[in-house]
Amino acid sequence: MNALSRFFRRLEGPQTLGRGPGFWVGFLVVLAGACAYPLFSDGYTVGNTVYFFTWIFMALGLSLIWGYGGSLSFGQTAFFGIAGYAYGILTINFGAAYGFTFVALLFAVAIAALFAALLGYFLFFGRISGVFLGIVTLSITLVLERFMAQTAGPEWKIGAARLNGFNGMSNMPPLTLPWPGGDIVLYPDVQLYYVVLGMLVLVYLGLRILVNSPFGNVLVAIRENPERAEMLGYDIRKYQLGTFVIGAALAGLSGVLYTSWGQYITPSSMGMTAAALPIVWVAVGGRSDLTTTLVGTVTVLAVFQALTIHGSQYALVVMGVMLVLTVLLAPRGLIYALARLVARPFSKRASNGQPGDA
Amino acid sequence: MPMLQTLGLNKRFGGLHVTNNVDLTLEAGEVHCLIGPNGAGKSTLFRLILGEHLPSSGAILFGGEDITSLKPFQRIRRGMSVKFQVPGIFKALSVRQNLEIAMQHHYDPAVLAEEIDKLLEFLNLTEDSTRLAGNLSHGQKQWLEIGMAISLKPRLLLLDEPTAGMSPEETHATGEMVKRLNAQGMTVLAVEHDMAFVRQVAQQVTVLHLGRVFAQGTIDEIVANEDVAAIYLGQTTAHETAHEPAGAPHA
Repeated sequence: MNALSRFFRRLEGPQTLGRGPGFWVGFLVVLAGACAYPLFSDGYTVGNTVYFFTWIFMALGLSLIWGYGGSLSFGQTAFFGIAGYAYGILTINFGAAYGFTFVALLFAVAIAALFAALLGYFLFFGRISGVFLGIVTLSITLVLERFMAQTAGPEWKIGAARLNGFNGMSNMPPLTLPWPGGDIVLYPDVQLYYVVLGMLVLVYLGLRILVNSPFGNVLVAIRENPERAEMLGYDIRKYQLGTFVIGAALAGLSGVLYTSWGQYITPSSMGMTAAALPIVWVAVGGRSDLTTTLVGTVTVLAVFQALTIHGSQYALVVMGVMLVLTVLLAPRGLIYALARLVARPFSKRASNGQPGDA
Repeated sequence: MPMLQTLGLNKRFGGLHVTNNVDLTLEAGEVHCLIGPNGAGKSTLFRLILGEHLPSSGAILFGGEDITSLKPFQRIRRGMSVKFQVPGIFKALSVRQNLEIAMQHHYDPAVLAEEIDKLLEFLNLTEDSTRLAGNLSHGQKQWLEIGMAISLKPRLLLLDEPTAGMSPEETHATGEMVKRLNAQGMTVLAVEHDMAFVRQVAQQVTVLHLGRVFAQGTIDEIVANEDVAAIYLGQTTAHETAHEPAGAPHA
């Protein structure tokens, strides 16, 4: 009983912004708003919102690896792509009956996590860190993109699934809920919205508990001073690897949801631009906190889409400018800075105990 | 059985022979100080003991166990703990969280908060527990790191110039604390420049010079040793060179 209450108390702690009744009331209001949103909107717009949601998992994973653990990785899109392709290959071959799409989701995420474990083992147990970690992970992402781009020929197929080179794979079944009286096919519409929203809430709360746990303590300790963390008896390589795998699994979840959402995955989802964008979302939002990462990702994606509609050639330039401004004006993130500003008058102790005031 | 023993320890960086056939023995329960002029190889020896460097040859025994090839965290788990010269703390985290990270796996979760409170009080940091560690004064940072080091309840405490940058009063207080920890049974190895501190705490003193053990004994013996005085004044004799040919004994 005691252990259980300790577990839930970790929903708030030194590693997450937002605590106390005020925050949780706000959380519930936002959640209620999110739940009610489809009632005031049409199916197309709701489906489009799901598109935003699918990316958040990858961003939260990057926040964990980079913001909390201090390792900048460009590898998130690689795991995104691996899981996306794996979902496509599995569902094209085995179909969507009996809820198999959700089994495929689990397998695809596990494949991405396994790949991350293998790669991460060589990276972290080889003591690769800092800028070199970024370079290696980016290289691997780009190699994967190049590889998938040359799979156009008919010889590149796994079972019934053609990899299709640069054109990408398409026509895999979307996630399908088995239901008495007829399966529910989750096209980008209200039902998919609720499923993804549910996943998002679970992942967000789960990560809050994780980062405020002893594991999270060690994680930020490694970010702050890896030598000291090791000299307290922690095998920091294991913690870094564990974080990397969890982050990769979340990127994989994004990949599966994206593939299912659009019934489509291409090598360019692992390209240079795709690899850089998560860095922008997370940096602009505030990488060292889950909530600011979440809010930042949605905000940046919404701005990006609006820009793409009204002047496509400038959208990426604006992303770049946003990143530069963040680095210059609010290195801990624009949303993070905003959140601190809003929170200050409500909390007398905020300026004292919070990391980030230094 | 000695707490710590180095047997014929050698470390070369390229052509530089920084640790030259060092035999050092620490008996359980003693406070041992490692002194020597700049460049004597104190820090390298320290890092060899911790496992941050691996020796070119020789062996290190900890409580009778050969730990020569163990990684630093494995040595820590066997009962070593270290305080670095430059305070190794988590600057962007609160003082309390610094201690929590050090202590979370050594205490039952039910009593952890209470134990942290006790240690905060011992370190005189209760008032500052919610401040960021990076905002503490220099002396407080040193104390915080000492607190983190002793919270692991080590058998052997390694201190790398624990009083660097401290006022004479703080230095004295640190010395008293070392004596108190020693009285509770902790073995201590300290690299130190401050002779007042060495005189205050040391039961055994080892003088390193050009990578070798130059002299060993009680503080009074060392002070009476004219050769030691000579190396501190820079009057080295010609045969002591750091560029000895290879061929040191292997353990």
